[in-house]
Amino acid sequence: MTTEHNSGASRYAVGIDLGTTHCVLSYADLQSDAAQPDDAPRIEVMPIPQLTAPGTIDEKWQLPSFLYQAHESELSVDEIRLPWAQAPVIVGTLARELGSKTPIRLVASAKSWLCHGDVDRHSAFLPLNSPQEVPRVSPLDATGLYLEHLREAWDYWYPDTPLSEQDVTLTVPASFDPAARELTAKAASKVGFKHLTLLEEPQAAVYSWIEASNGSWRDQVGVGDIILVVDIGGGTSDFSLVAVTEDDGNLVLNRVAVGDHILLGGDNMDLALAYRLKAKLAEQGTQLQPWQVLGITQGCRDAKEALLADPELASVAISVPSRGSKLLGGTLRTELTQEEVQQTLVDGFFPRVSIAEHPAQQTRSALTRMGLPYAQDAGISRHLAAFLSRQHAAANELFEAVDTPEQGDDFIRPTRVLFNGGVLKAPLLADRMMGIINSWLNDAGAPEATLLPGLDLDLAVARGSAYYGAVRRGQGVRIRGGIASAFYVGIESSMPAIPGMEAPLQALCVAPFGMEEGTEVTVPGLEFGLVVGAPVRFRFFGSTTRRDDAAGMLLEYWEPQELEELPEVQAELPVEGRTPGEVVAVTVASRVTELGTLRLEAIALEGGQRWQVELDVREG
Amino acid sequence: MNFNLTMMPTTLDAGHLGLAVLALILLLLWLAKGTGGATDSRTEQAAAPAVAPKAESAPRSEPQAQTKPVAQAAVQLKQITPDTALQLLSLLQQEARFVDFVREDLGSFSDADIGAAARVVHEGSQKALNSYFTLEPVRTEDEETRVTLAEGFNAQEVRLTGNVVGTAPFTGTLVHRGWKVTEVKLPKLASGHDTRVIAPAEVEL
Repeated sequence: MTTEHNSGASRYAVGIDLGTTHCVLSYADLQSDAAQPDDAPRIEVMPIPQLTAPGTIDEKWQLPSFLYQAHESELSVDEIRLPWAQAPVIVGTLARELGSKTPIRLVASAKSWLCHGDVDRHSAFLPLNSPQEVPRVSPLDATGLYLEHLREAWDYWYPDTPLSEQDVTLTVPASFDPAARELTAKAASKVGFKHLTLLEEPQAAVYSWIEASNGSWRDQVGVGDIILVVDIGGGTSDFSLVAVTEDDGNLVLNRVAVGDHILLGGDNMDLALAYRLKAKLAEQGTQLQPWQVLGITQGCRDAKEALLADPELASVAISVPSRGSKLLGGTLRTELTQEEVQQTLVDGFFPRVSIAEHPAQQTRSALTRMGLPYAQDAGISRHLAAFLSRQHAAANELFEAVDTPEQGDDFIRPTRVLFNGGVLKAPLLADRMMGIINSWLNDAGAPEATLLPGLDLDLAVARGSAYYGAVRRGQGVRIRGGIASAFYVGIESSMPAIPGMEAPLQALCVAPFGMEEGTEVTVPGLEFGLVVGAPVRFRFFGSTTRRDDAAGMLLEYWEPQELEELPEVQAELPVEGRTPGEVVAVTVASRVTELGTLRLEAIALEGGQRWQVELDVREG
Repeated sequence: MNFNLTMMPTTLDAGHLGLAVLALILLLLWLAKGTGGATDSRTEQAAAPAVAPKAESAPRSEPQAQTKPVAQAAVQLKQITPDTALQLLSLLQQEARFVDFVREDLGSFSDADIGAAARVVHEGSQKALNSYFTLEPVRTEDEETRVTLAEGFNAQEVRLTGNVVGTAPFTGTLVHRGWKVTEVKLPKLASGHDTRVIAPAEVEL
């Protein structure tokens, strides 16, 4: 994959938030008459035409990330036509609606599958556990189809400036592993995007805050500040830390740490409430049908918002209408109380815990059924406590020269907090989250953190990524970061075999923490013979905490939580032009592309030929 | 001016002839446009991308049915194409179970049952109304307060009742604030879509 860079050719900077539950596209017109060179670009959000019912097309800001493969007798071709060429499958609102009644044909959470290392993300296996007859797609294909819809929608509004020719910034969770980033880029290039950049979602939120502040962001933060970005979306939660430093009198933002990928979000909260009501009704002697649970879940979503917005409100009634045309008598009525929301959501998902309370280590048994690795501990505050503790030293190096408030060595003390994601729109939850963070700071004797204002929590990521696309072209602040992990390959140390014991594993650093886009390092100390035509696999690891390991550093020992194992990587020498069986001595170089993906390459010691090391190995 | 609808013109004057020709032209235009309204509006949009997507191409609704001379009947015929009405009915049924509710006999049900169903209808109708129409009151004053209507006020927006005599400015009590739709944003329909089916029958396999 080659990325051309597009200096000044594209008219628009387009940002796409490819969310687990929703996609949003926003853009800035770089050639608009109103745009002054010094001005912040004006960001617009594109309404996305989509099917909302059979035969009905409406425009919405968000495209639900759902895919539905209708049965041939289900809908007539006329009913699922779009304003552009016929789509092979249904995506968006209608897909979600149809899928709620026919889940066997619905693909959801493709993004979570994309970063699930235990499955072959190229193979078509979604929807999982459906009857044989339902066509399958891979997480990669599903992602491609959402992007395809966005591309068609764009080209429909702007036929003269096709999206494939524009600068597109696609956001990915900060916690996406290199293979998932690579796959996202692959899906986008399949759809035809030529000028693509990846951006981490929490960074996009920061850019959106900068954009919304109209230049006043410099008054809201100062040198020595640490901004904690808490992003709680529909399906996932993501944390990042951004440190503020100074360079030549200008403020500089440095993304210093990112958290784990936590599959826990707003959808879990709605479901938790629905099951609570289901249990309450069961106590009263009413057993709910599956479709009623679905109705209750939807009712809970609205009721929850009302209750979280107004703490004075004691309860909100929820009605689930009958399925048939007889509405009266068949309508189920129940209510969601403030107390239930408090207990289930506020105390369940945001428990008041100390900074030392972390989620129990997830030990995944090999016998678990194939499925998404949902977070087993629903306490978001525990996940956050673990993140802040693990990253206690994240800003030490940057702040060495700066006079900053005392940093302890137990956890990193944020001074500013930026919220993103629909869940934190609820004032009660936002206040609770702030309260918890500040209680940790108070206990440690540190000053309280303040909340940075001004984000539209639903659209911020898309807006921020369009803004980033625009500032890449001209002036404007850019967040420094590089890669937020160091990467290692596993090497078995050569020692005499001891029966019953595995040879001890060593980890060789191939890409150091903070490697910048567009840079390359060769890895000294990793030379091996590659047999032509015979793939060699390496175990692959990432670490978000080991910041000082240079490329070529060999670790013989590490704490279990320091290194996280990622899917294996594979080097293979193509047979073309060589004799099978021939052995070629190679070394390895790593490179962070302009696009934002990591590449490992095998380089022949003689002749300097290069081959890509596959990060995403297909199984079998 | 007096209107005498029982009187038939005995001669065809130039004015009536002009109106008749206009009516014929409008009828032809309407026929030529055919029923493919949805397709047409799509091509129009595609051809005019300079119109920012924000400018929703949904038709602006005319607030009142017009009471105009008979010769404009062709225009009125186009206005009352049932598709939009059926679409709205369908939206209210899908989101608020409107037809189910109205078609039911309330006689044998308790107020609690009716209340539970009314919630469904109310919540859904509110959602539908909010997403497809932007509503605002015609008058912003409080109801049951005195208001004065200056000369040249819009008689379509304000209806005078009671002791209607004299000339503007009129002073009276605001009984109802009125409602005005400022924006209509109805979803577009595919040309092959049968709007008469406002809710399909559902069969679970």
